[in-house]
Amino acid sequence: MATETIVPFDKALAAYDPAMGLEVHVELNTNSKMFCGCPTVFGGEPNTQVCPTCLGLPGAMPVVNAKAVESAIRIGLALNCEIAEWCRFARKNYFYPDMPKNFQTSQYDEPIAFEGYMDVEVEGETFRVDIERAHMEEDTGKSTHVGGATGRIQGADYSLVDYNRAGIPLIEIVTKPILGAGEKAPLVAKAYVAQLRDLIVALGVSDARMDQGSIRADVNLSLAPKGSDVLGTRSETKNVNSLRSVERAVRFEIGRHAGILNEGGKVVQETRHFHEDTGETTSGREKSDAEDYRYFPEPDLVPVAPSREWVEELRGTLPENPTAKKTRLQAEYGFTDLEMRDVWAAGALPLIEATVVAGTTPQAARKWWVADLLRRANDAGVELAEVGVTPAQVAAVQALVDAKTINDKLARQVFDGLIAGEGTPEEIIEKRGLALVSDDGPLIAAIDDALAAQPDIADKIRGGNMGAIGAIMGAVMKATRGQADAGRARELILEKLGL
Amino acid sequence: MSLIHLSAAEQAAALAAGEVTSVELTQAHLDQIAATNRPENGVGLNSFLHVDAEGALAQAAASDARRAAGAPLHELDGVPIAIKDVLATEGLPTTAGSKILEGWIPPYDGTVTAKIKAAGLPILGKTNMDEFAMGSANENSAYGPVKNPWDHTRIPGGSGGGSAAAVSSFQAALAIGSDTGGSIRQPGAMTGTVGVKPTYGSVSRYGVIALANSLDQLGPVTRTVLDSALLHELIGGHDPMDSTSVATAVTGLADAARQGAAGDLAGVRVGIVKELQGDAWSAPVVERFEESIEILKGLGAEVVEVSLPSFVHAMAAYYLILPAECSSNLAKFDAMRYGLRVTPDGDPSAEDVMRASRDAGFGNEVKRRILIGTYALSSGYYDAYYGQAQKIRTLIIEDFTKAFEQVDVLVSPTAPTTAWALGEKADDPLANYLQDLATIPANLAGVPGISIPSGVSSVDGLPTGIQFLAPVLEDARLYRVGAALEAALTKQWGAPIAAPAYAGNGNGEA
Amino acid sequence: MPELSRDEVRHLADLARIDLSDAELDHLAPQLNVILEAVASIQGVAGDDVAATSHPIPMTNVFREDVIRPSLTPAQALAMAPATEDDKFSVPRILGEE
Ligand SMILES: [Mg+2]
Ligand SMILES: [Zn+2]
Repeated sequence: MATETIVPFDKALAAYDPAMGLEVHVELNTNSKMFCGCPTVFGGEPNTQVCPTCLGLPGAMPVVNAKAVESAIRIGLALNCEIAEWCRFARKNYFYPDMPKNFQTSQYDEPIAFEGYMDVEVEGETFRVDIERAHMEEDTGKSTHVGGATGRIQGADYSLVDYNRAGIPLIEIVTKPILGAGEKAPLVAKAYVAQLRDLIVALGVSDARMDQGSIRADVNLSLAPKGSDVLGTRSETKNVNSLRSVERAVRFEIGRHAGILNEGGKVVQETRHFHEDTGETTSGREKSDAEDYRYFPEPDLVPVAPSREWVEELRGTLPENPTAKKTRLQAEYGFTDLEMRDVWAAGALPLIEATVVAGTTPQAARKWWVADLLRRANDAGVELAEVGVTPAQVAAVQALVDAKTINDKLARQVFDGLIAGEGTPEEIIEKRGLALVSDDGPLIAAIDDALAAQPDIADKIRGGNMGAIGAIMGAVMKATRGQADAGRARELILEKLGL
Repeated sequence: MSLIHLSAAEQAAALAAGEVTSVELTQAHLDQIAATNRPENGVGLNSFLHVDAEGALAQAAASDARRAAGAPLHELDGVPIAIKDVLATEGLPTTAGSKILEGWIPPYDGTVTAKIKAAGLPILGKTNMDEFAMGSANENSAYGPVKNPWDHTRIPGGSGGGSAAAVSSFQAALAIGSDTGGSIRQPGAMTGTVGVKPTYGSVSRYGVIALANSLDQLGPVTRTVLDSALLHELIGGHDPMDSTSVATAVTGLADAARQGAAGDLAGVRVGIVKELQGDAWSAPVVERFEESIEILKGLGAEVVEVSLPSFVHAMAAYYLILPAECSSNLAKFDAMRYGLRVTPDGDPSAEDVMRASRDAGFGNEVKRRILIGTYALSSGYYDAYYGQAQKIRTLIIEDFTKAFEQVDVLVSPTAPTTAWALGEKADDPLANYLQDLATIPANLAGVPGISIPSGVSSVDGLPTGIQFLAPVLEDARLYRVGAALEAALTKQWGAPIAAPAYAGNGNGEA
Repeated sequence: MPELSRDEVRHLADLARIDLSDAELDHLAPQLNVILEAVASIQGVAGDDVAATSHPIPMTNVFREDVIRPSLTPAQALAMAPATEDDKFSVPRILGEE
């Protein structure tokens, strides 16, 4: 492969305007598959969730899962889309070993939802992302590649296919070209996928686990010379599996495209693969003219014509509009604009909301998520939601702080234990010996030792210099390995000094 | 008269009367198959691709036990049946006549198979057919052609030549066929048997190896109209596994056949299709057809001529829709999960193996249709071909609607000629396609059709067929009119027509 | 009606994943043209005012409840496979050489 020049992000954006298109596949959390009764649970033994239909056996036929249609309509409505009065499934014909029938049952020119939008907020600024369509389709099986050096498809000797995922219902959500985001393009892309994920969670239609592939994004990107309104040739980076990767993939492709264009080259229309380890994309399949999916209406299925009554009934089940909800929660929680901006940027609002529902004050919930846990997520390079602590656990830890069983400092150690999978907060406190010293005995002994060791300080306090108490407190805390209840220690120190 | 020469209804009556056991009946048919199928000797009929003697006899014994206990599952419980190899049968090889599926044993039953088992009919085996049901002569089977019981040098019609020959040669009184453009009715005409294509969606397609999904329909293949009605009622009805299955119950067919057999067609309006006449139709076929029309008039039917002008485009539309759908249906045969895998020399990729396997596993007619279908669906050609063909379909449906405002049933000869010589048109696709002129419109419009014997040709002594078509879901009309004509013709002939070498106690060696 | 050239037939065979030999191409290409010529008659027969019919019996909204039905066992699923390993279908390497 020829060496590529990657133009620094700022320089690339000085010369070019990026246009993005995002195609997000959402695996629905129905009990059964799109067209058959096989279960959809993740992680089953190979080929235990297959039947004649999803294995593409001769003679088998598909029947549409009503729940999947319902979820598709709800997603469409939540994205402000029109819901088709009449639409069909179509066959997308191409050969690939992980696709049992060698056609994917999808939708073509008649999607169930179309012409919608989502308002995406980045650094206090709102971008409207126009949604072209949301359509129903089915997932493929999963191949593992045997032999060769890397376990990757390239250089493998052969492949093994498990069809458990073949036929799991997918909703593919396609944006119109996203223009005008400029240097915020990577953040807009990330924020769009993040907000879409939150919406999917709120709708309850998917497990929404990017790490398990239940939400996957394809990122299309092209550059046009600044001021030009002609779109450039696009690359399609497939299956980007985390929010952070969405941002990085856009950033990388902007630099790569600019490198090619600066040197007078031509961007090749192709699919590319994103590598989490390097943050780079590499070339996949070139889209040749021979690519011809020969779409036609699936003759084994009849049209889907959702009644307007059904659509309105489903509209009634939609969760609160995300923008309205954000405004409402900020007011309810009493967050300042600045606090809210940090909360939003961290993707912490749904987590804080769940923590508050579990009984924590908004400020305490905010403090844990946006300070402590966000730092941990950033260090680990994962999303906040995937940091390894749940809102219920945060609420439980805060309750222990409120009960003076632990203090904030010990709480951080409890989070360490939770992330390490050491059990419940109570079990971790027990195992790690983290409980605050509430029995006055050891505390009095430590205070006596500290006062005896620093008689001059004791005198200063007696003399009214209350600031000096910190030195005694420090010694007491050190002696009790931080497990002293600071308030009680202060009371006892003053008592000892007859104050 | 031996057991095998009884109709299915007569066999059922004999079982009910305790005059015969299912084991005896089944053994008699297995004996006839053993004596006459004989693909290995080159002169046998080659009508069965797989015979399941052991399974059929076990099912027969179970049927006898049920009957002894006074609990038969169905009127036809214990009457043996043959199934076209296009329908999935759990545990029995199912090849659709193709090398690419040689030895494939489905892990599941198609819905019609399940219904047959649930009714207690012993399954004799799987009948030969054109590869993936593509053909009008049964010469496209990867397992060799089927011979016409009337003349072993002739084709039996296609694609259901195996089922038609089996019934015609008394190997079975009942068989399942599949009709995408005439594959039940045209072999019926060629072999002097009765065949019915039911209303689209009224018999489940679940388990039918699809040729063209929007055209395919399973149906009965028998020697009498009543037998077809009985089998049609057994296999018909709504199936939640088939999304195109209609909700309407399939009933009243046997009653309609019995009513028709009484011979009164007063008030029934019969329309002769203007577009299915002319030079393409051979004189002996027309001669028998006109004779039948006179009989219908004699039974009180009102006969008029009606025009369905879009019929002239039916064949072209059909030979675009079918290849398009089948090119996609047959993509699943790729050597990855089941079926023939051919591994070329060197270090072939999955794609290389797919290409080589599909080249080796598919016959010429299958390749032709896949290529035509691939072309018709290609971007840039879709509207002109597939899209246009689907519009023709609309016009043909409108023609039927208008015609059925004037008449109750339509009538035409089933096929333009009698059976031709094996090999005569083997590599001339178009000549084969023209055989389906009269049968194709029913598939495009989803309406039901029946073919019954109209006699034998005065030129070659081979059977001729007459076809009736009825509006969607009015299948009962076919049975009433068909049974009436059948009864009148049989009376005229003195006995039902039958392949001479197999009639009476013949075993085909005459 | 444009005639299909040998190369076009080869391209169609490529799309359909059929490895046609030269001899097969020689044999099939002219037959395809005969067939295409015969079906070309429908061009222009039906105008924009005619709707397309993809199903002879019009129906809509045929759904199943979201209920799990028993799957095949892996043994059943894999019984007819040309090659298997670890309860998976074994297939030749998926990509050609880089
Ligand atoms: Mg898609
Ligand atoms: Zn399944």
